[in-house]
Amino acid sequence: MDPIAGVPLLVSTSLKIAIMFGVVMLTVAYTTLAERRISAFIQDRLGPNRVGPFGLLQPIADGLKNLIKEEADPGTASKFYFLLGPVLAMGPALVTFAVVPFAAPLPTPWGVVDMIIADVPIGILYILALSSLAVYGIVIGGWASNNKYAFLGALRASAQMVSYEVPLGLSLIVVFMMAGNVTLTGIVWEQQQLGFWFAFPLSLGFILFVVSAFAETNRLPFDMSEAESELITGFHTEYSAMKFSMFFIAEYAHMLTASALMATLFFGGWDLPGTWDNAYWYQGELIRGFDASGAPMAAAPAVWKTLLTFAAFAAKTGFFLLLYIWVRWTVPRFRYDQVMELGWKVMLPTALAYLMVVSATILVLDQVGISGFYFGLALTGVSAICTVAFVFFLDRGRIMVGAAAPRHGRVGPRPTFGRGAMSSEGATTGD
Amino acid sequence: MAEILFFIFAAVAVGAAVGVVVSRSPVASLLFMVTTLASTAGIFVLLEAHFLAALQIMVYAGAIMVLFLFVIMLLNLGHEYQRDIRGNVAVIMGFAVTGLMGGLLVRQLGGGTAGLETNLGPGDAIDAALLEYGAVGAIARPLFTDYVVPFELTGILLLVAIVGALVLAKKAS
Repeated sequence: MDPIAGVPLLVSTSLKIAIMFGVVMLTVAYTTLAERRISAFIQDRLGPNRVGPFGLLQPIADGLKNLIKEEADPGTASKFYFLLGPVLAMGPALVTFAVVPFAAPLPTPWGVVDMIIADVPIGILYILALSSLAVYGIVIGGWASNNKYAFLGALRASAQMVSYEVPLGLSLIVVFMMAGNVTLTGIVWEQQQLGFWFAFPLSLGFILFVVSAFAETNRLPFDMSEAESELITGFHTEYSAMKFSMFFIAEYAHMLTASALMATLFFGGWDLPGTWDNAYWYQGELIRGFDASGAPMAAAPAVWKTLLTFAAFAAKTGFFLLLYIWVRWTVPRFRYDQVMELGWKVMLPTALAYLMVVSATILVLDQVGISGFYFGLALTGVSAICTVAFVFFLDRGRIMVGAAAPRHGRVGPRPTFGRGAMSSEGATTGD
Repeated sequence: MAEILFFIFAAVAVGAAVGVVVSRSPVASLLFMVTTLASTAGIFVLLEAHFLAALQIMVYAGAIMVLFLFVIMLLNLGHEYQRDIRGNVAVIMGFAVTGLMGGLLVRQLGGGTAGLETNLGPGDAIDAALLEYGAVGAIARPLFTDYVVPFELTGILLLVAIVGALVLAKKAS
């Protein structure tokens, strides 16, 4: 089967863009409903259930309300930048989904259509680049509001997002080393070839990625930029109606992309167990894998395979969206200095050390000549030891207890993360 | 198609670069700077240098310029519209230097772009490297083989700068 080309390629790509845009917006809308219903469930309430059956039309009612609501712009705000903020927030959030593969290739009479909008050679770096621009929306919006709460929220957001980009990138490097590739299709393919979803051989990388992604999307317990009890609602305090909605859509679109990335990078993306669904473009041929002699085996794309793998991708992404919501209503918010210390004194050194461990392990396994299943198994073991050590290190009454309960019955200096690894003079070096 | 895109990106890059200089508000200058960087990244993509484009956005637009914005806002410079350049001598000097650089550019490019094209490597080599090593490998391979010493020396230079900043920022005890 040949890849699609020419005019059909143009048509199929336009269709994919239109459909995925619709799907993303619809998912964003219904994630807000899910958030409200699940938070109600957790807090033993009912939640919005009046509009339509089970409140299913609530997002549409919300959207309509925000569209026709009067915009209350503060008189002291700089008009242009005030409008630019939500635009800059929403733009990157909507285009990042373009490089995420969402199903197995679809055969059509005109050729095989890849179920990804743009398979650019830099893959995930494109997502990292664009999501690093997302902070501008928050910062410009908060600054233009000319409001102290909004400004503080914006400053917190910029500091936090710059800080957590470092462990996020480091936790991705282990994935790149395993896959030998930065395209998301390549990463899915390597997971299919290894027979392990990377969450197992790279378990600590997965944990670091999830925590960093929570911080990057400004979700609880990292929502310092809009901490309600301190900053009213932070950077969007002055925003109302549709402009507020745009910030809201941007936040949920980021959540969706982050969830899709967790599913793709660490849980095989659209992959289902077994090799029947594998498909990858190798030297112009769509292959399923290599046989014992190393010759490529042709893949057999089918419509039902595409639908089934899309369902798998949706289920995995939905699971991580659910995780986002569940964590928000379970874990209390960090204090600001705790966020910074966690980022620089725990996440960064751990990510660096883990990177060294994984690369050393891969080097040793390559030298010994172990590959395939036992390669994955050995890395799973090493990573499991790292993960256990990390959790053991963290769970020493330092984070969860925090400042609320001074240890040893004294009110001393605030507890610091790390055993004096990066502490400056004057701070306690462990205790 | 690529040529049209190139001229769009080039026009935006140059226009925004002028905007950086002429706008009175530091925040506007900064946003113009980000626009310039993003347009340059677009030109990198047209040259098949995808990795460079991603790095340009990630490092310069996404991290360094955010830090600039952070500093501008912390110092609350955003609302001041004063002239930085005072005195006629400075203005004349500025015009002279700009004119000199413009003259150099005209001298170099005045005879058309014929001389430039021959200096560019064949596109096939880039395509082959991209196909064999991927977007990252095509850059990483020469960096860690042929140019490993300058690369590591640059790293040490940055480390020295970081240590220097730490020493300066550290309070005297």
